[in-house]
Parts: sequence; C-alpha cells; structure tokens
Amino acid sequence: MKPLLPYPVLIAGLAALVGGLAFVSMVVGPATAGTFELFSMMTHGESDTAWMIMREVRLPRTALAMLVGMSLGMAGAALQGFLRNPLADPGVFGVSPAASLGAVLALYTGVSVQMPLALPLMGIAGALLCALLLHGLARRGGMLTLVLAGVAVSSLCAAVMSLALNLSPNPYAAAEIMFWLMGSVTDRSMDHVLLAGPLILLGWAILGASGRSLDALSLGEEAAASLGVDLRRTRTLVVAGTAICVGAGTAVAGGIGFIGLVVPHLLRPLVGHAPSRLLLASALGGGALLLAADILVRLLMFGPELKLGVLTALVGAPFFLWLIFRARTELES
Amino acid sequence: MKLEARGVSVTVHDRKLVENASLQVSGGELVGLIGPNGAGKSTLLRAILGIRAISAGRILLDGGDFLAMPPLKRANAVAFLPQERRVEWRLPAYDIVMLGRYPHQSGFGGPAPEDRAAVDRALDAVDGHGLVDQPVAVLSGGERTRILLARALAAESPLLLVDEPIAALDPYHQLHVMEILRERAHTGAGILAVIHDLTLVARFMDRLVLMNAGRIIADGSPADVLNAEQLASVYRISGSPPQRIS
Repeated sequence: MKPLLPYPVLIAGLAALVGGLAFVSMVVGPATAGTFELFSMMTHGESDTAWMIMREVRLPRTALAMLVGMSLGMAGAALQGFLRNPLADPGVFGVSPAASLGAVLALYTGVSVQMPLALPLMGIAGALLCALLLHGLARRGGMLTLVLAGVAVSSLCAAVMSLALNLSPNPYAAAEIMFWLMGSVTDRSMDHVLLAGPLILLGWAILGASGRSLDALSLGEEAAASLGVDLRRTRTLVVAGTAICVGAGTAVAGGIGFIGLVVPHLLRPLVGHAPSRLLLASALGGGALLLAADILVRLLMFGPELKLGVLTALVGAPFFLWLIFRARTELES
Repeated sequence: MKLEARGVSVTVHDRKLVENASLQVSGGELVGLIGPNGAGKSTLLRAILGIRAISAGRILLDGGDFLAMPPLKRANAVAFLPQERRVEWRLPAYDIVMLGRYPHQSGFGGPAPEDRAAVDRALDAVDGHGLVDQPVAVLSGGERTRILLARALAAESPLLLVDEPIAALDPYHQLHVMEILRERAHTGAGILAVIHDLTLVARFMDRLVLMNAGRIIADGSPADVLNAEQLASVYRISGSPPQRIS
C-alpha cells in the first residue's frame, strides 16, 4: 500500500508536467498563429509580432489556465479532506455560483461594456460576499449547516442568473452571458491575471495552512480536537481559502467543473492517501489538467472554439462516473 | 500530573447529561469510569477534554485551568482515544499512529527521529509492527483498535483518557488491551478508561468511579464500588461482586 513514487519525486514530476504544458500552451495556437508560423515569424524578421502574440494573447491565457486549474485542484483536495467526503468539490459552498452571479450581473447591466474589468471585479465581489456569509454561519453552525447553506446559495445564484437571462434586453446579451458561464480563458488580458493572481495566491496560502489539521481530521472531529486541532480555525481556513482562490478564478474564467472533483481522486493513491500531501499534488495536477484541456480546445478546430468548461465537464463527468464505478467498494467501506 | 474535574455539569437543551461530577486521575493510576448506558461517561470524558462545552464546574490540570490552555498544550498533557473507530481515507496504519505525534510536531519537514522512535515504542506496546503498511480500513476490529490505541500511546502524554477501548473485542484482545493500559500506568501515566466489562475492571483497575443518570455515585477501590447494593440499584442486576485477581 506504499505509494509507488516518493512524495518529492511525484511533486517534481507534476511540476515538470505543469511547466512543460505551460510551454506548449505558449507556442500552440490556431492555424494562423500555430507553432510553425510562430517560429517562422521569429526567424523572418517578424519576431516582434511573434512575441506580441505570445505576451499579449498566450501568456495571460496560459497563466490563467494554470492559476485556475491549480486553485480548483487544491480547493477540491482541501474540501474533500475537510468534509471527509470524496464527493465534495469547490462548488459545494456556493462560491463558484456566487462569483458567476457577480460576473453575470456585470454583463447584464452593461457595466462590463463601459469598464471591462468590472466583470472580474464583480465576480470577485460575489465570491467574497458568499464567503462572508458562510463565515458568519460557520462560526455558529456546524459543517452540515455550512453545506446546506452552500446548496441554498447555489440555488439562489442560479435562479438570479436565470432571471438575468430571462430579462436580458436582447439575444446578444443573453448569448454573451451563456458563453461566459461556460467557462473559458480565451481573450483574457494580463489585467485579468494581475487582478485575480494575488487573490489566488492568497487563497493557496490560506488553504496550505490547513494541511496538517486535515490529516488529523481523518481520525474524526473528536480525536482531531483532542490532538490539538482547532476545528473552528481549520473551518475558517478551508472556507476562506476556497472562497478566495476559487472565487477569484471563477470571476476571470467562468465556471469550470470537475477539475476539483476528479483530480484529488486521481492523485490520492499516489500520495499515500494523506490529505495534507494531496493539497500540493492536487494543485499541480489541476493546473496540468486545465492547461492540457485549454491546449486541446485550441487544437480541436471545428466551427467555433469549444469552451473550456464544456470540455472539462464533457470529459470529466463520464470519467468521474468510471472512477466511482471502479472505487465503489472503497467508497462504501 | 493530576487532572481533576470539579463540579462539572453538561446541559443540552435543558437536559442535564452530567450533573455536578467531580473526579480526579493522577500519574501512575488506572482508573475505571463505569456505569450503565446513558450514564454520562463519554460526555464527562469529552467535557474534561474540552470537546464538549460545560455549563458549570472547572477542569484543573495540576491546579491550573485546563480548558484555558492552548489546544496543543492540552493535547500534550492529555491523549484521548474516542469511541469512534472510523478512519477516513485509506491511510496506512503507520501514518495513523504518527498522527499521535501531532501535538509535538511543528508542521514543517517530516517526522523527527524522536517522533519515529515514539511511534515504534507505541507499536511495540500494541504488538502492531506487522500492520504498519496496511490501510486501517482493511484491518479487523481488534487490529484497528490496537492501531488506534497505539496512536493515543504515541503521544506519550502523562495522562490518557480512553472511551470503551475493549468494546467489540474478543476475550484475548480485551485482556491484551487491558494489559497495555496497566503497563502504561505502571510506567507513570494516569489513565481514565470507560469500560463496561465489570469482571475486567475489577481485575485490572486501581480505582473505580461509578456514574448513574449523570451523577457520580461512588468513587473508590473496586471492592468498595462493586458491592451487591450498587450493582442492584445501578445496573439492575443481582449476584456476587466480581473478585480481584492479583
């Protein structure tokens, strides 16, 4: 039952995978600016154009895919460890829907037309409001309260988003909202990265601080408390960390599902099932998976570009079903 | 080291689960907390540990306010084996025992050599070296109890509280666990154990605390506590009290 690879080797391998995919993501693109075109531009005196494409178009896209994927992977691992439930995912507290709602309102009201950054800003505001609400609840109620409140917040956000679609002034606005909700890192600028990046890093740091308590929680809440784990502090760390990194990620990239659910499952056996070691591994795995998905989206060229969230759900959901099917004996024990 | 509960009450929704309970456990003694189901034994243990809020009374560690101490300091002084034996995830048994070292570790870097040594000693005590690579989920009830007990022992804390450590074990493993606890008390630890088996408590415990309906109704040597009157009134059973074998 010992993991196949020592932990440092696994982490180094995953980090190398993320680095490699990030490089591929910088050079791969649609036909008009594919890898060969890019290199020929560089060697034929058009290197300025090539660098411009990489810096202005590919770099933000790559950075966001990496940051968002890592946030989803890490938050998924933290939530599964904390709730001791392999079905938990970053959406469980309603943070992603709240961030989406903020962004949808920016699109609906047209604020995003006057000021493009209003969209991610309002998304972040939505996520933080949701986090504050949950924090208020977590201080008084228990875990179940928190999860049920998350369900209620998600439903309410979904309802208000439907309302916005319902009342949208013209079909174009509705289509824009629909497309945004599907999740994507296409056509983002470095402003998006600079806006979401610091918050995402902060969220990671907060989640990372919860790692050791998550291990102790494998023994149940009472045993963890007797080992000196401050349950309330751990709860605050997990909720706040998830809200901040996933909220900021959703605000710039839209709703991207299944990464946070599937990646921890895949990597758990490789880290010897320890929730604390899973955090970093799952973050890197999430980053690698979303980078790969975003590269795939660019290479699959039939009609309009496939949205990233559509692809992750399309591949992730059946894969998750297979995982559950394979691991059903373990889940039920 | 001495842990003392003084006049402790636990009230939930106007229902008194524990009422004005006082007891103490000192280093070197093995104390049994006994009583029928629902007497409030587990609640009292949790209240002493600060897991359960108390509505009245105090918990004192060597005379100082135990509940006011920081959680890690409390964990260093008192280890606890809860009744709950479920372990999430397929963590190998070695990692589970290592979790007992949690209050001693900073969280940076891996386990220190003294942590590994303590885990080895705990595994020695429960004869668990053969189980270390297996996930706890696949162990038998007896093996799981031994590993979880090793987890509590690995802290090497001066005081140990255990909740029904021998429930659902066969006679051999019951005796094994009782011997581990007695051994630990002989080496200086103070142990308070909730145990239902009256024969075993009479045989192994230095002192017994008897609870009924949330109150402590007797505290003394097994011979004093387990008399026919108490057994009849508290447990509603009749018969001669069990004998101590030494």
